Amino acid sequence: MSDPTTDDTTDPAEPSLVLEDVRKVYRMGDSDVVALDHATLEVAGDEIVALVGPSGSGKTTLCSIAGGILSPTEGRVVVGGEEISDYSPKQLTTFRQDKVGFVFQAVNLVPFLTARENLLVVDELGRRRGAPARQRADQLLEELGLSARAKNLPGQLSGGERQRVAIGRALMNDPALVLFDEPTSALDTKLGEAVMELIQTEMKSRGIAAIVVTHDERMVHYADRVAHILDGRLRA
Amino acid sequence: MRIALRELRRRPSRFATATTILALIAVLLLFLGGLLDGLVRDATGALRAQDADLVVYSSTARDSFFRSRITPEERARVEAVDGVEAVGGLGVALLGGRVPGNGPRDLADLAVFGYELPPDGVGDPPAPGEGYADEVLRDDGIEVGTEVLVGPARTPVTVVGFVADTNFSGQGSLWVAADTWRSVQNANRPDATVGPGVFQSLVVQAAGGVDPATLAGAIDDATGGATRTLTLDEAVAALPGVEQQQSVFNQIIGVTVVVAIVVVALFFALLTVERTALYGVLKAIGARSRTLFAGVVTQALLVTVVASAIGTALAVALDLAVPAGAIPFVLTPSRVLASVAVLLLASVLGCAFSLRRVLRIDPAAAIGSAP
Repeated sequence: MSDPTTDDTTDPAEPSLVLEDVRKVYRMGDSDVVALDHATLEVAGDEIVALVGPSGSGKTTLCSIAGGILSPTEGRVVVGGEEISDYSPKQLTTFRQDKVGFVFQAVNLVPFLTARENLLVVDELGRRRGAPARQRADQLLEELGLSARAKNLPGQLSGGERQRVAIGRALMNDPALVLFDEPTSALDTKLGEAVMELIQTEMKSRGIAAIVVTHDERMVHYADRVAHILDGRLRA
Repeated sequence: MRIALRELRRRPSRFATATTILALIAVLLLFLGGLLDGLVRDATGALRAQDADLVVYSSTARDSFFRSRITPEERARVEAVDGVEAVGGLGVALLGGRVPGNGPRDLADLAVFGYELPPDGVGDPPAPGEGYADEVLRDDGIEVGTEVLVGPARTPVTVVGFVADTNFSGQGSLWVAADTWRSVQNANRPDATVGPGVFQSLVVQAAGGVDPATLAGAIDDATGGATRTLTLDEAVAALPGVEQQQSVFNQIIGVTVVVAIVVVALFFALLTVERTALYGVLKAIGARSRTLFAGVVTQALLVTVVASAIGTALAVALDLAVPAGAIPFVLTPSRVLASVAVLLLASVLGCAFSLRRVLRIDPAAAIGSAP
């Protein structure tokens, strides 16, 4: 894509994500809960990082901060060269439209929209580009081997196909960083490996960085690097 | 917004319940409104038909024909007021009429009007003993040439023509010359006889450029306070029962609108709860709360439009199915438009209850939640 706002993000020399001393503290009643404690992490421009940790370890919080869903209590967050540490919720919304892609574990695709329309949701929510967006959706569907399934509803697709549609949606805005939340948890080993392979291929071929949250040790070898997180502390 | 429209198109069954209930509410609103319009029409036709600006009652009459008497002297003073173009006497007697061929207890409900200035659609006063009947009296078997025997005294009046929308107090009007009315009144209502030249009220046409409200004050001054003059609209509203009917019906209509608001509020609150996870995902990928809420409102408005269309069709069918004159029901385009507008407003208000929920959905919930 020749979108000027995203040109720099595909430069592998520039880190796609920089977390510096990031802290996130939640107030629960009278006590503070530290969900993320002085986390520092740098992800290179086309690096795939597996984030591994038990539930409650803070990987969701880290992911949310890296994706501009949550603001850190302290510390610095830079995604694709854009510092978002002090963004307002409104600025974060625009940032998410432009700079990051998400593949969620739970309800992911809009159930009453076709595969192609699910990709175009990204365009409808942000600045409408119309025809270029439709071209990109068709191109992504083709690259992901989904051209024949473009007009199918999610309910008519297999688990693997749904994941591919979700990946296509995450790539629609040509992001600097894609966050995968447990992409293989609902799949068996064979399908899980296929999906990880797909993630690896698609991210590497595009030079896009990814953080893959998982607690499945079998999948981590697809990543360039593994970051372990426990009780809010990161061991990269 | 387009997502919301696609959901409506792809999953119409999800919205069927709300559409059905709102359609029934629309029918109820139109039925109540049509009934009110019909009742008011049948109660006020005779006055609305008057080709006049003002109605003059005696000051003690509390704006009712039956308590009012205007003497020829008072009339002369009214006629002398500057700005009065024309004055006509008006009187009415509510009586039963025997129609030849009908059973002895099968009386036609009549409002026998004696008049001088022809109302809209009514010709000049007919010859003595003759009258123009309102269309609704055809249902009693009255035709041109029928001799109706009016009241217990059986005063004969021969129908020589028909007029429309001139009813009074829900009774079919029979328009007769002033003297015919006096003889009907005096023969059948010995407790309320009227002398020669006396009317119950006067209708007054103002001269061009004269403000009717100002003229009303001038008339009452000229009669030394013996009269109370109302504009035609005021006189219509002052007819006994009209305001009461309107307020009772409008209260029922109001409650119905509240029910509509509650239905929309509950239905779309439920839908929003169902969509919490989906909205979380959409927010995470950059949807604004405003966009999502606009989708909810769009769906509610479209559901209401469809429900209103169905409701209107049912109300029209009901109007056609009910035999003419069986119930006072009239469906006017303005009533339909007003009811639809009120329903649309109700649906937006109903959606407002989901606004907080949409705003509170946290995109962070989309991450780390298992299916």
